[in-house]
Amino acid sequence: MAEMLKIDNIRKTFNPGTINEKVALDGVNLSLEEGDFVTVIGGNGAGKSTTLNAVAGVWPVDSGKIYIGGDDVTRLSEYKRAKYLGRVFQDPMTGTATTMSIEENMAIAGRRGDRRGLSWGITKKERDTYRELLATLNLGLEDRLSSKVGLLSGGQRQAITLLMSAIKKPKLLLLDEHTAALDPKTAAKVLEISDRIIAEHHLTAMMVTHNMKDAIAHGNRLIMMHEGKVILNIAGEEKKKLTVEDLLHQFEKVSGEEFASDKALLS
Amino acid sequence: MAYLMSLDPMALFRSMPGAFAQGMVWGLMALGVYITYRLLDFADLTVDGSFATGGAVAVMLIRGGMNPWPALIFAFAAGMASGFITGFLHTALGIPGILASILTQISLYSINLNIMGCSNQAVSVDKYPLVVSLRYLSDSPSTKTKIYITCILFCIAVVAILYWYFGTEQGHAIRATGCNPQMARAQGINTNFHTVIALMISNGLVGLSGGLYAQYQGAADVNMGRGAIVIGLAAVIIGEVLFGKLYAGKKFTFAYTLFAVIGGAIIYYIVMNIVLWLKLPSDDLKLFSAIVVAIFLAIPYLKATHKGKEK
Repeated sequence: MAEMLKIDNIRKTFNPGTINEKVALDGVNLSLEEGDFVTVIGGNGAGKSTTLNAVAGVWPVDSGKIYIGGDDVTRLSEYKRAKYLGRVFQDPMTGTATTMSIEENMAIAGRRGDRRGLSWGITKKERDTYRELLATLNLGLEDRLSSKVGLLSGGQRQAITLLMSAIKKPKLLLLDEHTAALDPKTAAKVLEISDRIIAEHHLTAMMVTHNMKDAIAHGNRLIMMHEGKVILNIAGEEKKKLTVEDLLHQFEKVSGEEFASDKALLS
Repeated sequence: MAYLMSLDPMALFRSMPGAFAQGMVWGLMALGVYITYRLLDFADLTVDGSFATGGAVAVMLIRGGMNPWPALIFAFAAGMASGFITGFLHTALGIPGILASILTQISLYSINLNIMGCSNQAVSVDKYPLVVSLRYLSDSPSTKTKIYITCILFCIAVVAILYWYFGTEQGHAIRATGCNPQMARAQGINTNFHTVIALMISNGLVGLSGGLYAQYQGAADVNMGRGAIVIGLAAVIIGEVLFGKLYAGKKFTFAYTLFAVIGGAIIYYIVMNIVLWLKLPSDDLKLFSAIVVAIFLAIPYLKATHKGKEK
């Protein structure tokens, strides 16, 4: 098994030297083997999404190193890093271009990491492939290839974004609370699609979630973050036996606080 | 009553060929505005400068002995260079888009004066074989047909090229950049690069249109681009509002949209000619244009908020 992701002691402070100074990442370390699927939990402001954004290169980190598939990507800009990554965001609006059609969105994803020249943006062969891929979602989207994505529901968009993230097999899939904006039924469906795509393509994945049950039920590993640090790292058999009560207990023990998020308790 | 009597319907009729020709020439500029305003979501005010730059470059080259056709290629290139400057200021130096374009526009005023050596340079249709000219409309039926065919072919060619280009990988990348830069970067698109490319193509078209318009009116003037952005926006919005329903959901929507923009420019000039025909003071034309654009910009917004209230 090869190491797919290595996060080596990264730090990030937002608005340094101002009253809004916020230490978002305070020495985060994480290593993922090929095929690992890690769920990431923690309270608000713990640094979960920030960690994903650091890996995606949305902004440069202050210190530390990030390796994807053995390549040092710490200095690569966001668009150059994209060739290693598949990304799905919390806001269903973020992952797709709404004024473009379903097939155009997919074709853009199909060229992730390639030079974009003056050949046609989408070929007949690709169109057929995309139709088949969309049919696997069972959402009836395979007949709507030329519909604008802006006409679709949030769940449909997240499903398409998931497909897009795997059209070109990424070395790492980043799911940033990608079901948080959906109703429970749709969220379950999107999670099911996520699991299927990850298993089918044998992807290495990180999934941030607010939902402890989901965090326990999905993936083979789990980390908990607090105040910009990884405070809990659970894998294998130990993860399978984990319960929500265990997690809450662990959280209180390590952080010395009540888990404040009602959302996490209720869900 | 005396006022109504003084209005000559034939005069309005006679002004229509000019409106059509002018509308098509400005329509090319409006296509440039469409690329930045609609596809790239970038309010690019460079056009007020680059339109005159295209005119200045074409006129000076023709006066220097160049054939008017290749002079248009240089007008296009000069426009592209202007677009590049705005793109550079915005992407490499981090200046907000609208401000970057205003800086380029202001600097182009001086540059245009330098290109021409003074504020106005004539290019006579008697001395040079101009591509289009106001005079062709009145000379003879054959020159009249010629100018129409020239304008129509220009429009069809430009629409065809744009239709092809925005269907390519690079065109898709530009559209994604304009629609959702975050998504574009996540899919490996260099948003800065594609912003600059789109600004260059847009202003290239504006420069080309300026080169044609200078030939049409027989002179390049340092002020000829003043308010061009408003005319461009008017054409885009009028085209969308009036023709949008006709092609919604059809095949080749994008090509129809581009033709609708040119149609919008023609309608704009017809309306302007009617306004002049009604003997409204020509000093107020720009005020009138601005009001028309403001109304058409407001319609979609008001419609949306009205619908929101009903719910």
